[in-house]
Amino acid sequence: MLAAILDHYNYWLIIFLMMIGLYIVVSRGNLIKKIVGLNIFQTSVFLLYITIGKVNYGTAPILTGQPETFSNPLPHVLILTAIVVGIATTALGLALVVRIRESYGTIEDEEIAVSEQFQAESEVNQISS
Amino acid sequence: MTNWLHHIPILIVAVPLISAPICVLFTFGANRKAAWLWTLLVSWFAFLCSIYLLNYVLENGQISYHLGSWKPPLGIEYRIDVINAFVLLLVSGISAIAVPFGRLVVDREIEPDRQILFYTTYLLCLTGLLGVTITGDAFNIFVFLEISSLSSYVLIAMGVRSDRRALTAAYNYLILGTIGATFFVIGLGFLYMVTGTLNIMDLSDRVTHLADNKAVHAGYAFIIIGLALKMALFPMHVWLPNSYTYAPSLISIFLAATATKVSIYVLLRFLFTVFGVSFDFIPLTLIFIFLPLAIIAIFFGSIGAIFQTNIKRLFAYSSVAQIGYIAIGIALSNTIGLTAAILHIFNHALIKGALFMAAGCLVYRVGKLTTDSIRGLGKEMPWTFSALVLAGLSLIGIPTTVGFISKWYLILGIMENGWWPLIPLIVMGSLLAVVYMWKIIEAAYFFQAPQDRVPVKEVPLELLIPLWILIGCNFYFGIQADITIGISNEAATSLLDHSP
Repeated sequence: MLAAILDHYNYWLIIFLMMIGLYIVVSRGNLIKKIVGLNIFQTSVFLLYITIGKVNYGTAPILTGQPETFSNPLPHVLILTAIVVGIATTALGLALVVRIRESYGTIEDEEIAVSEQFQAESEVNQISS
Repeated sequence: MTNWLHHIPILIVAVPLISAPICVLFTFGANRKAAWLWTLLVSWFAFLCSIYLLNYVLENGQISYHLGSWKPPLGIEYRIDVINAFVLLLVSGISAIAVPFGRLVVDREIEPDRQILFYTTYLLCLTGLLGVTITGDAFNIFVFLEISSLSSYVLIAMGVRSDRRALTAAYNYLILGTIGATFFVIGLGFLYMVTGTLNIMDLSDRVTHLADNKAVHAGYAFIIIGLALKMALFPMHVWLPNSYTYAPSLISIFLAATATKVSIYVLLRFLFTVFGVSFDFIPLTLIFIFLPLAIIAIFFGSIGAIFQTNIKRLFAYSSVAQIGYIAIGIALSNTIGLTAAILHIFNHALIKGALFMAAGCLVYRVGKLTTDSIRGLGKEMPWTFSALVLAGLSLIGIPTTVGFISKWYLILGIMENGWWPLIPLIVMGSLLAVVYMWKIIEAAYFFQAPQDRVPVKEVPLELLIPLWILIGCNFYFGIQADITIGISNEAATSLLDHSP
């Protein structure tokens, strides 16, 4: 049992990171911390792909003429794309946080919710008065 | 000439993609109108291509286009059969009708110096949605899904000029949308781990022999959850109401009609083409997860809509309910049920497109859109409101409208499975739609306008013509339903046939 767990230590690490990331996104009220959590979550997926590409004793897939075992390069290529997507998401998320800070004066989830509630109520009062 | 037509599957994606950076160049002349015209031309080009593709597929069967002539499963393949040709037609068709509508409302709602970038992002969003639909490669689906999602976050946030809540709506959508997409990639990772392929046809062949594999099961769960989040199935709909409410009008129309529909298409593709109904988990998921959630979605969405005072928000809640009808059609997993689901993907896009377009007309004249601000406007804006009423009838499902056709097929599908208790629920859902549409009609026609309000004029023809074309489609495809039913039926049959 223990050996089975230790043999697959890379997967356990990935699951650990994945859950940490997702937990941060769900539990933190700070908008920047949420994005940090999202980043950890995405990175764990990158590692998942990289780790399944590795072949035991495999090297980089460069033809040298000698018979060699190669690691699968395709997951790396896929993850290169996913990294770009991740960077774009982070950049856009941070840009949105900047704009939210400018118009709400805070980046805490709860304070924004209070402020939006207040705005919604004042709209209703404005119409009925 | 024929040589050129052979490349249409790639052109329909590549042309919008390349035209997006070209659109940025219009900033040098600060030429907003040219950027709009460019977007319009590209949308119409995509529309013509998709008509050609649908025709071709209906006559000659499916197309398999090999990118760079690399043979699948090694190379990326674009595979077009009846169902994705139909969804392509829907996406590009809505774009082709929404962009002409868009010029005036975008002028009103977006800062002048941002409009060119707005159209650029719009083109990227169109590219993403078309790409998701056309591609036959699973990882490609993820990339295009992210192109369309990232650009729609930007587009929604651009509603900030009218309401700052557009920013938080876009932020929440970004967090949830990214979680959904990441779940999808985790699932693909699991499938790739055991099959070593990403081509959908190849995946489907190999997964069949691995029906007991744990990794395939995990991959299945991740993919389905990720897609359910993207399609806004209750309770994963929380991003949707605010996004549609605070987005600029053009974006509300376009996203409400297409974005969730494309995710539903991907879900159908994975459920029926990749995994196939023989995969033990699918009937379980559909009956014990999808069906209850779909029923809750119908009631939650419809009752939620009744309590809204903001009209765009009301329509957004109604969208949550309509996704429920589509999910019921999928859960039935018989030919008629799937036909109903595919029909409703198309029909709901026509209905919601028309409703959000009417809302766009109202925003153009009134600004803030609540049931109070439209009091007594029925007489002042007769064309907008009669269109709103007709689209509302279609949403409720009055005979001769498209809404009736899809609900009729849904009920036929339910009868085939013998799930009788569902029928009253569907009818009750429609009655709830009567209640929330009535709220708008009552305010517009039966309440007196406030004394001190300046008279409101009808919107210009440039806005009315696209709106009435969509209303026309609502009735045309409601009366000449053979066309859409035929296509949906063929699509449903091919989805179910493939499953081994």
